[in-house]
Amino acid sequence: MRDRAAPIAIFAAFVLVPFLPWGGAYNLAVALMARAAVFGLAALSLDFILGVGGMVSFGHAAFFVIGAYATTILDANHIDGAAPVFATAAIASAFFALVTGAVALRTRGVNFIMITLAFAQMVYFAAGSLADYGGDDGYTLAARTTLLGRSVYYWMCLAILLTAYLLCRRVVASRFGRVLRAIKQNRRRVQALGFDAWMYQLVAYVIAATLCGLAGVLLANSAEFVSPAYGAWQRSGDLLIMVILGGAGSLHGAVVGSIAVVLLEEVLGRFTEHWRLIYGPLLILSVLYVRGGLAAMSAGRPGYLGRDF
Amino acid sequence: MTLLLVQILNGVQLGLLLFLIASGLTLVFGVMDFINLAHGVQYMIGAYLGVACAGLAGNFWIGMLVASVIAGIVGLVLERCVLRFLYGRDHLDQVLAGSGVILATNELVRVIWGDAPLQMPMPALLAGSVPLMDGMRYPVYRIALIAAALIVAAGLTFAVGHTRAGMLVRAGASDAVMVRALGVDIGRLFTLIFGIGAMLAGFAGVLAAPLVSIEPSMGDNLLILAFVVIVIGGVGAIRGAFVAALLVGLTDTLGRSMATDAAKAVLSASASARVGPAIASMLIYIVMAAILAVKPAGLFPARA
Amino acid sequence: MIRRVFLTLAFLAAIAASASAQSPVRIGVIATLSGAAASLGTQLRDGFQLGVDTLGGKLGGVPVAVSVIDDELKPDVAVTKIRNLLDSEHASFVVGPIFSNILQAIFKPVTESDAILISPNAGPSTYAGRACNSGLFVTSYENDQIHAVMGKVAQDKGYKRVFLLAPNYQAGRDAINGFKSAFKGEIVGEEYVPLNQLDFQSELAKIAAAKPDAIFTFMPGGLGINLVKQYRQAGLSNIPFLSNFTVDESVLPAEGDAALGFFTGADWAPNLDNPANKAFVAAFEKKYGYVPGSYAAQAYDTALLIDSAIRGAGGLGGKTKLEAALEKADFKSVRGNFKFGVNHYPVQDFYLAQVAKRADGKYETEIREKIFSNDVDPFAAECKMK
Repeated sequence: MRDRAAPIAIFAAFVLVPFLPWGGAYNLAVALMARAAVFGLAALSLDFILGVGGMVSFGHAAFFVIGAYATTILDANHIDGAAPVFATAAIASAFFALVTGAVALRTRGVNFIMITLAFAQMVYFAAGSLADYGGDDGYTLAARTTLLGRSVYYWMCLAILLTAYLLCRRVVASRFGRVLRAIKQNRRRVQALGFDAWMYQLVAYVIAATLCGLAGVLLANSAEFVSPAYGAWQRSGDLLIMVILGGAGSLHGAVVGSIAVVLLEEVLGRFTEHWRLIYGPLLILSVLYVRGGLAAMSAGRPGYLGRDF
Repeated sequence: MTLLLVQILNGVQLGLLLFLIASGLTLVFGVMDFINLAHGVQYMIGAYLGVACAGLAGNFWIGMLVASVIAGIVGLVLERCVLRFLYGRDHLDQVLAGSGVILATNELVRVIWGDAPLQMPMPALLAGSVPLMDGMRYPVYRIALIAAALIVAAGLTFAVGHTRAGMLVRAGASDAVMVRALGVDIGRLFTLIFGIGAMLAGFAGVLAAPLVSIEPSMGDNLLILAFVVIVIGGVGAIRGAFVAALLVGLTDTLGRSMATDAAKAVLSASASARVGPAIASMLIYIVMAAILAVKPAGLFPARA
Repeated sequence: MIRRVFLTLAFLAAIAASASAQSPVRIGVIATLSGAAASLGTQLRDGFQLGVDTLGGKLGGVPVAVSVIDDELKPDVAVTKIRNLLDSEHASFVVGPIFSNILQAIFKPVTESDAILISPNAGPSTYAGRACNSGLFVTSYENDQIHAVMGKVAQDKGYKRVFLLAPNYQAGRDAINGFKSAFKGEIVGEEYVPLNQLDFQSELAKIAAAKPDAIFTFMPGGLGINLVKQYRQAGLSNIPFLSNFTVDESVLPAEGDAALGFFTGADWAPNLDNPANKAFVAAFEKKYGYVPGSYAAQAYDTALLIDSAIRGAGGLGGKTKLEAALEKADFKSVRGNFKFGVNHYPVQDFYLAQVAKRADGKYETEIREKIFSNDVDPFAAECKMK
């Protein structure tokens, strides 16, 4: 992680946004960047297992749902304290990741992609069947989680994102992280050296899930609304797009990717209702001409790590 | 009893449709190591072209033929202009580019044909129905669809199993590098595989058109199902795709019709009205997860 | 980097440009404009726009700035976009949506803001009773009412055994409950299908096996198209097809002849005989080239309603003043008889309608008989608003 300039620039931009002269568009600008921060957190956690660990999960949005519904169920029982809400979201996500990851991580390649999708679909349909919490129609929160009130929401999201980012960096740089990266490059060799690859990957998967579960709490509070749609496969696809567009493996790339996607959607959407006609080709062009994603573009050199899952 | 028969026929029909789509997908992935997310829009293009061509020609059969061919050509153009630059690239890049293709194509279809679903009139020859049980008739068209898909499936299996090109395809699925090293023009083989796959998906779209609502994004959910099929069947294997497609088609159809009733055995009527459909939707994923838990590489993987 | 800066500047410019000379009344129109149900949202948007155009681009004499939002039938997307709208445009009215689940999602953000929420289609029971809110007006109907229409029809026509079919979400369940509230016969089957179902073979097989006197269904958008086509193909069309929103003008072009003769409940139909409606249908078909459905008609009424309210309040006074003016509903509705109940849901007539083919080859629903007059929804009594 020699390149520090880009991550510092990104977080500096986040800090600056609420102080710039937006005029009438102030609320909108802050809301957009908050959304970018929340999705950035989820994308960051996905990049942790995908870019660093080589595990391409097509079901990451399931943890959004788990975190969001933890918030919902507690809200329905009039529990809004930050501590119980975050703790429940974290534990629920970790548990689900532990159980499903144990099974999923026995597979490789496209099979792993599909089995993570399968588990996410199960969460999605299960959430939709929860009639008490609105089922497919969703649920409006009666109250926001404490510490996430409207005036401080943006700063809390930023703080949590920054903490998660620093945590991920530390883990990747640690011995654990090195083993994880090694497994991605050559699993057999790592196993031969005596490491239980499956266990290392499972731990990483659980960590990523927990972070995404926290993002789910933040998402629930941003709209004060929760629905199973947070876990639709298209959402998992969106997270993948953010990670890959930003540059898989660089961690800060995931945040760049989420900012790019959130802003593009908003800006393009104002020009035309058919904004996807521009957005789609933009994605294709970025793949063809920008090796390593947006993060590599600003760093001026190819992507962070060799990728070959 | 006849209820079960109808469900089984419907399951087979869905399975065969899935097979047509999944076969192209599994070959492209198996031989070319290319995740072709654009395959779903191929199906959608087939359906829309079917409507357009049948409308212009005034005749379903001509429309179907022309549409399938044009769909194949569209697939080849897509391959030549966009996708060929992604061979050898990381799978993730292929996924990202594929997503871009899906988004753009769905939107393009919306711009050209509008948002409202279209309808494709059934050919007069097949518009009738045959009595299957008291008061319930089964549409002839669906029977014809099963027959057509079976013929194509047989043709594909024969071509892959007993022709020289098919042998190269199988070899490529098993070990693409070796095939190239043996001097085969791998570029032409890729184009052939891609074009046939695209045409099959387009053909499936035309076949399904009279039965379903033709609208933008209609291919997205089928794409997911197709991936489930190739994962269950094993990547690169036609036989695996066939078995898996039938399995998925039957599971989904029978599951949907029976899940709620099964739930009623243990839960109240209103609870099972909620739990039943949820379980029905989850069923194929549960089956897939179960199969992968036991056979992590799928049922009949082509790769050694 | 440069690209990002450029994008941000362009974005700011777009925001700045949207502030115009005379302070117009800002209206956000939210509807489902993509996906299988897109035709419904398109009707809503077109109907509302026609209303604004007919009034010379002004409502209550004030120029109008309309922003159209596509909710993509995703409640979470709707919430985000509505919050964006409220944050950036300080809208006075939010008109929409089509679907009840979207309404439930945007209810809190809009009613907590300065904007008044007027729904020209979604009418869930949720806000008709105890949770009624002065900042919400519904210009369509309350969900149970229209389904009760068909229940009464089934009861009056002497059907003893009926099969029920609906999608598995709140509106679907409301439909079934609404029907049951007026139908006292035997329910021989009650099936709920997933919202993305393409193939109804298993449900049709059950219907054939049960041999009911009639079926009742609520299958909006693409669901209805598939069901109607497959119902006809399965040879079941001799069993009377009672429905709501399954064979309406938004999906009839796709269903074609397969839907002929099928029944639907309605608070309006293109052939409703009053001068306001005749003018509306003629103008709509002239401008847009397709037959309007209730979605368009109700949205058109909404434009007229807002016009009357701004006029009645003497300008864009404050939210409370506008609400009071809206309650009076002092405009000529295309439905003829229209006023608000105490819960801000309409009190109106309901009819039985049937699908027919016009002389010019286009399909429409036609009124056959009146079922309810000045019907008040069953929840109004629980509303404590004054």
